[in-house]
Order: sequence, then C-alpha cells, then structure tokens
Amino acid sequence: MSNATVAESAKDKDAKPEKARRPASLWSDAWHDLRRNKVFILGSILVLILILMAAFPSLFSSVNAYDPSTCDLSNAREGITSKHWFGTDNLGCDTYSRVIYGARVSVIVGIATSLISAIVGGGLGLLAGYYSRWVDVLLSRIAEIFFAIPSVLGALLFLSVAGRENAGAWIVVLSLAVLAWPLILRIMRAAVISAKNQDYVTAARALGAGPGRIMVRHILPNAIAPVIVTATLNLGVFIAAEAGLSFLGVGVQPPAISWGLMIGDARRRFLEAPEPLIFPALFLSITVLAFVMLGDAVRDALDPKLR
Amino acid sequence: MTAPAEPILEVRDLVKHFPLNYGVVFKRQVGAIKAVDGVSFDLRKGETLGVVGESGCGKSTLAKLLMALERPTSGSVRINGRDITTARGAELKRMRRNIQMVMQDPYTSLNPRMTVGDIVGEPFEIHSDVAPKGGRRQRVQELLEVVGLNPDHINRYPHQFSGGQRQRIGIARGLALQPEIIICDEPVSALDVSIQAQVMNLLERLQNEFNLAYIFIAHDLSVVRHISDRIAVMYLGKIVELGNDAEIYDSPTHPYTQALLSAVPVPDPEGRETRQRIILQGDPPSPANPPSGCHFRTRCWKAQDICAEQEPALEARPGSAHPSACHFAEARDVVNAE
Repeated sequence: MSNATVAESAKDKDAKPEKARRPASLWSDAWHDLRRNKVFILGSILVLILILMAAFPSLFSSVNAYDPSTCDLSNAREGITSKHWFGTDNLGCDTYSRVIYGARVSVIVGIATSLISAIVGGGLGLLAGYYSRWVDVLLSRIAEIFFAIPSVLGALLFLSVAGRENAGAWIVVLSLAVLAWPLILRIMRAAVISAKNQDYVTAARALGAGPGRIMVRHILPNAIAPVIVTATLNLGVFIAAEAGLSFLGVGVQPPAISWGLMIGDARRRFLEAPEPLIFPALFLSITVLAFVMLGDAVRDALDPKLR
Repeated sequence: MTAPAEPILEVRDLVKHFPLNYGVVFKRQVGAIKAVDGVSFDLRKGETLGVVGESGCGKSTLAKLLMALERPTSGSVRINGRDITTARGAELKRMRRNIQMVMQDPYTSLNPRMTVGDIVGEPFEIHSDVAPKGGRRQRVQELLEVVGLNPDHINRYPHQFSGGQRQRIGIARGLALQPEIIICDEPVSALDVSIQAQVMNLLERLQNEFNLAYIFIAHDLSVVRHISDRIAVMYLGKIVELGNDAEIYDSPTHPYTQALLSAVPVPDPEGRETRQRIILQGDPPSPANPPSGCHFRTRCWKAQDICAEQEPALEARPGSAHPSACHFAEARDVVNAE
C-alpha cells in the first residue's frame, strides 16, 4: 500500500511541469479558449468601444447632440462636410454626434434586458428544476403563457398600453424582458434537472447539505453555462428589437436619441439625403454583429455541445 | 477480527416500495416496485458486512435507505439506538455525521466545479462546529494524506486526477466527519483491477485505524470476501442468506448462494475442469410482481409445492447453522468441490 502511494506521488511529481501548464478550473479553461479566439477578441474590442461611447459620448463628439442649439435649420440635409462628418439631418442637427449619443439607448437596452431576463428566468428556472412537482408546474405554465405571445407583437402591445409619454429606454427593457425570461427559464430548468440527479448532489445530501447550499454550490455552477450562452447571444437580438420598436414609433420617443428613431425619421427623405439613414443603420449592424460574435465565442468556449 | 457485541446499526423489516404510476394528468397507482422487501440485520462496531446480489436486487436502494436519502415504506434503521428514518432537520443532520457513504462512480460523485480542498472541506462547512474555521484547510490536508494523496494538490480540480485518486478523494470526504459507519456502494467496481486492490487495501487500513464499520455493497464475490466479516446475500429485495465469510463461502445452504458461488472464476486451471457449475435458468422475476412464497422458487431446482405457498424465513434451520431463507437448506461446498 505505502509503496503504491509513494510510487503514485512520485509519478505526480514527474508529471507536475506538464500539469502546471494546464489551466485549473473549467471556467479558466473557457477563458483560456476565449483569449485565443479571434472572433472573441474582435467582438469584445467593438463592444468595449460601444460601451465607452454609451458611457462617455463627449469623448467621441465635441457636439452635444442633446443641445438643440447645435442644430441649424439652414444646414438641413447637408451632405458630408468637414464640419459634419456624417452630414446633417432634416432639422440640421449633426448626424455624427447623434449616432454617438444614440449608442447609449442600444447598449442599455441590450445589456439590461439580457441581465434582467437571465436573472429572473434563471432564478425561477433553478427553483422550478430543483423543487419540481407543483413549483415546476406553476412556474412552467406561467412561463408558457408568456412564451405563447409572439415577441414583436407582444412588445408592441405592451408599449402601446404603457403609453407614449412613459416610453423611455427602461420601458423598452421591461417590455422585452417580460417576453424573454420564459426562454431562459426553460433552458435553466432543463440544465438543473440534469444536474440535480448527479451523484455529487446525492453526496452533498448525504453530508447533510440543505437545499440552498445544494442549489448554489452544486447545481448552479454546473447548470449556468447554457444560460450565459443564451443571454450573450440575446444581447444583439434585444438591441435589434429596440431599434425595430423605436423605428415603428412605439419604443424610445423623441427628444431621446436612438438609432431606430433616426432611421425612422430619415427614411422619408432617403433619396435626397441618405447619410442620416445610412450611418445609424451601419452602427446598428456593427453593434449587433459585435454582440453576436461575442455570443458565438462564449458559446464555443462554454458549451461545445450547442455548436 | 471478531467484532464486539454491541450493534451500532440495527436494521429491522426495512421495506421500500416505489409506486408505479399510470396516466399523465390523473396519476393512479397501478402497482409498486418492491425494491427492498423486508430486510433486517445488525452491524457491530468495526465490523464489515458485505452485501452481494445481482443487478436490480435492491442493494443500492438499501444503501440509500440507510443513508436516509430515501424514506422507507416501513421498517426502521437505528444508529446507536436512534431511528434515522424518522429523524428530521437538525437531528437528521447530526445523525448523518455518524454514517457516511463512498459512492460507486468516482467520475460523477465529485463536483467538477469544485477544487479538491472544497470537496473534502465541504463537510466542515456544513457541520461548522466539527472543525474551527482556521484549522479546516489543515484538516483537509491531513485527510488527503490519510488516503494517500499529495496534500499539496488541495487546489486541483477532480478532472486532474485518475479514477483511483478520485475514489480516494471520495473516501477522504466520507471520513471527514469521523463517522462510525461508512457505506461503500460498489466503491471499486468502476476501477481497474490493479487500482481496485489499492483502494481495498486503503479501506482496510482505514478500518483498522479508525475502527470503522463498513457496509460493503458489491457484485464481485471475491472482492466482498476479501474485506467482509459477514456477508448478506440478496435476491429480489430480500436477504436470502446471512453468515460469516467461511459459512457463506465454504458451506452455503441457500441454492441461490450456491449458484452465485459456482459462477466465481477460479484461477486454478486444474480444479476448473472438474468443477460443477450451477447454471440458473431464466432471468430474475420483476420486482413489481415477485413470485408467491419463496422469491427464488421460479429458478430453483429444489422447488416444491411448499415453496410457492410458504415464504421461508431467514433463520437457522436443521440443514443450516447460519440464517438461510430456504425450506430445503443444505450445505454444499461449491467453491472447493471436486
């Protein structure tokens, strides 16, 4: 016995240099993968720039787009000039500064909606999966009611009921999150059900661990990967949805600045002055693309099965 | 290795029936799987009771009942005189300190997201009064050393260890609360034969060191014989024969035990030629609908009318000095027979 132990630990020592290079936990394995992923690096650089734009727009533009005195009606629908890089819109406002200031709504809606739906759906999914029986029946049926509402139609309905005077970025967040959490609940519930039947959960119960400890220490870390993946992939979807709703006139309302609103305003005079439509649309596409790239990379790292 | 008298674990008439439900919305019970159907035995301090039987005979359910991971349909499991099946809350948590488990599969019984230190230290977090907070890390390292692992590996994750090393981690976790009873549910069946011997030797050494009592569940008779003081043979939810290792191996009296033993591979090619094998016909009956009387009668070559009418009790009989549940119990040495 003791000989075997000695031999084994000797073998371990030999193997140490090779093993030391290996990353330790599964999370750091994922991080290790991500750092080498070009898509992730490109996506996260774009996302970082966008977040910076949303937090400190004045860093990017010397003109404050929220100040109406910067608009000059006599310059309306001017093409690209050295003063107005992206031209001016119908009211003579600088499109470049408006595009920069419009990033805030998109970033807030994307991140906040993803977070809220992940927390609500993930939390309820954990409870539904762990307690099963009537808790599961109740939560799953409620989720199915929301799931049955087509998402754009549901958000349209929700926002028109909430009324135009209330419509800001947070109302859009709420209306999208209300419709998005059931999907996260389902994903979480399925992951929890498969995790809770694992032997290590039984072992924790045998040690006398209570439901809180089992859920937080044993089930959640093993079930959360697909939720993170879906939430990251959803970021782009929510940003596109906000732009769509604002374009339709039920989302963010003027004088707030949003890419969707700008596209909506500029579409009627597209042939005369294409710049006020093209540039917000371009930024919107790049933003959605950046978040989708991020989501793809996270999925590849965390959940290779979904590929 | 003769055990002292006082039993620390008393199991009486333990029954677990899993209901068989039919229907999606309105469930109605159409029957029950009789996984454990009236099991009684005692376990003494420092003793090893081997439990053998084929797949599906209720061994693992028995382990779960003893660990209070399942609630029995009826019967009692007393640890030092207190019934764990009726204990709740704080009392149950306190009783769990005295009975721990080593699970079958070392690849699924360790949380892949926790370090070895967290896994082995978790018992101390749950039972926070066992070890002071500052001394926990040191206790964990001591435990790792006891089971023959390098204490410096405390921050590693389970996937960085081999199967045998993982099983040692599981054993260290079971030892942490210094229980008197450890239930080993096929602890070596997922391991290579060479590693099996190491883990078996470790379990024996720990038993001597800490005076542990083991319930050792296995389907491998040679493994069980190696470690057990007494052996219980299970068939379809019941113990059919119970005796010390010499009684079971050299003079089995129940036909099922004889059939099991005759299937043990013999490493001696000479004896192998002349040995008579008892080959059972058919499969074990469904535990949802076991045969009347003796559960084994459908596959038994000795079966008579009485076997269908009367259930044989597990007791010493004229043909058997140790408890055997057969009307026609008769010693027959199948292992050494010429």
